[in-house]
Amino acid sequence: MSATVTGAPRLRPSRALILRGLLLAGLALLALLPVLNRMPAESALYVSDFVVSVSGKWICYAVLALAIDLAWGYAGILSLGHGAFFALGGYAMGMHLMRLIGPRGVYGNPVLPDFMVFLGWKELPWYWWGFSSFPFALLMALVVPGLLAGVVGYLAFRSRITGVYFSIITQAMTYALMLAFFRNDMGFGGNNGFTDFKELLGLPLNTAEARAALFYAALAVLAGALWLCRHITRSKLGRVLVAVRDAESRVRFLGYDTTQVKLAVFVLSAMLAGLAGALYVPLIGIINPGEFSPGNSIEAVIWVAVGGRGTLVGALLGAFTVNAAKTWLTSFAPDLWLFVLGGLFVAVTLFLPRGLVGLLRKDDSR
Amino acid sequence: MKPGSLYLDGVSVVFDGFRALNSLSLIIEPGELRAIIGPNGAGKTTMMDIITGKTRPTEGTVSFGDHDLTKLDEAAIANLGIGRKFQKPTVFDALTVFENLELALQAPRDPWSCLRWGLGQEARRRIEAVLAEIGLSERARDRAAILSHGQRQWLEIGMLLMQDPQLLLVDEPVAGMTDQETEHTAALLRRIAGSRSVVVVEHDLEFVRALGQKVTVLCEGSVLSEGSIDHVQSDPRVIEVYLGR
Repeated sequence: MSATVTGAPRLRPSRALILRGLLLAGLALLALLPVLNRMPAESALYVSDFVVSVSGKWICYAVLALAIDLAWGYAGILSLGHGAFFALGGYAMGMHLMRLIGPRGVYGNPVLPDFMVFLGWKELPWYWWGFSSFPFALLMALVVPGLLAGVVGYLAFRSRITGVYFSIITQAMTYALMLAFFRNDMGFGGNNGFTDFKELLGLPLNTAEARAALFYAALAVLAGALWLCRHITRSKLGRVLVAVRDAESRVRFLGYDTTQVKLAVFVLSAMLAGLAGALYVPLIGIINPGEFSPGNSIEAVIWVAVGGRGTLVGALLGAFTVNAAKTWLTSFAPDLWLFVLGGLFVAVTLFLPRGLVGLLRKDDSR
Repeated sequence: MKPGSLYLDGVSVVFDGFRALNSLSLIIEPGELRAIIGPNGAGKTTMMDIITGKTRPTEGTVSFGDHDLTKLDEAAIANLGIGRKFQKPTVFDALTVFENLELALQAPRDPWSCLRWGLGQEARRRIEAVLAEIGLSERARDRAAILSHGQRQWLEIGMLLMQDPQLLLVDEPVAGMTDQETEHTAALLRRIAGSRSVVVVEHDLEFVRALGQKVTVLCEGSVLSEGSIDHVQSDPRVIEVYLGR
């Protein structure tokens, strides 16, 4: 045996290269979009505002897909409630955007958002304190989903609740949050949520500059999330996660505290989802309780399944292709989408258990 | 009591009136390789359960060196250096042979340490030594999923060796193995013993013969005969209850 033996598996270099090349080309192409948006409208290369904002949205979805893949594809924790972490991150950023509206609201109240004036509230509830600060709002977009995941995960993993039972608990969690956020007296704008945002970090929204800035911020976060997930999955921790996914009791028998390992990855995954939500809200200009709907979480899991769970490229590929298909299909046959989505999930489960990436990567079963 | 010697004296286990072990006494010296055979229901598995703390004896003494095993739980007994290989191999299919051994290596187990873990020279040497010992050096970079049944058993033994046990309990290692794999396993266990004690429970008498060591025959929860394989095979009591059937 040569001295260069490492633990890394043998890969077919050509396939790994194709995937990496596709990924880099895709990201580079994305980075060009806001530039092409500035081209004259009659140019063949011109890209509309719509394309820029829609792809910005997909980038946020891709971060959410990475978060789900880290927990599900690697550690085997199938959360059907990641939409809740995404929405909580979105609400945290939404609260900041609402505070920035200031006296420009319909009622002109410098402190209270319009919906609070409408409800006859006299002062800001305590849980809105601090949200006029951007760093605080960003911190909360990470901390609140992380805390919720910590509590739910601790109770579930400690009791060794796994598999479908855990999935059902997370579905119930996002459903309960949706019902709570629908209530007006929660202080989060009820049914209507937050909208009519004016600015962020001094930049007026709904301008090409703001769109481009938010787009690049999302792209930078995606690149950072990809780096972080890659770092984790290539470390020994990543191998422990895979081992937990495949034979948790055996890992425990080796002396690892699997509850702690799963909790760590679940909390991190929730924080990543929250960050994705915080980027999403200023990009699309609205957040309402519909973001908590159980269907959203399931849809996000389907992106990962279609792309190929257990590979980071797969999560990205799935988020972009499924959402591209959705945007295309719903433009002429919106009623069909749910059937297509369901059919896609069944087809992938039956015929492509490793997703689109499985078509390219035969050798690497991680 | 010599450090590293296993000592069972007058051990009985009663399940609902059934005596699984009946005043069993047994001494395994440090570095000894011992085969335990016996018909079904002789108490072989119960004996393993007693040593690893999975089952508590109704009466009797079980000690390892100076430690009273009847007072320790499973994790504490494992930490004393008593490793057990179950019949069904459980290795991590998605990981390579090398990575399987790396997970079993003694190192801090918390998520943060695992994230920051780097494979040092010493750890690499240790893994390579075990790879050589179990004869899987050539397969280090292959996924465990593509190993043969025999190789998976050796990998599992390797994972136990990574934890540097002083006493290794091996339950029916050659069930389902080809003749060649059985021979290889016997050689592997002979190599492992010496620096540590090994207790093998097995049905396959050819394999026990290949081990070439002292054999203990259990029957109805106590020792029926003890000695070389030739000695026990010619013992009329053994022939009557076990071999002659």
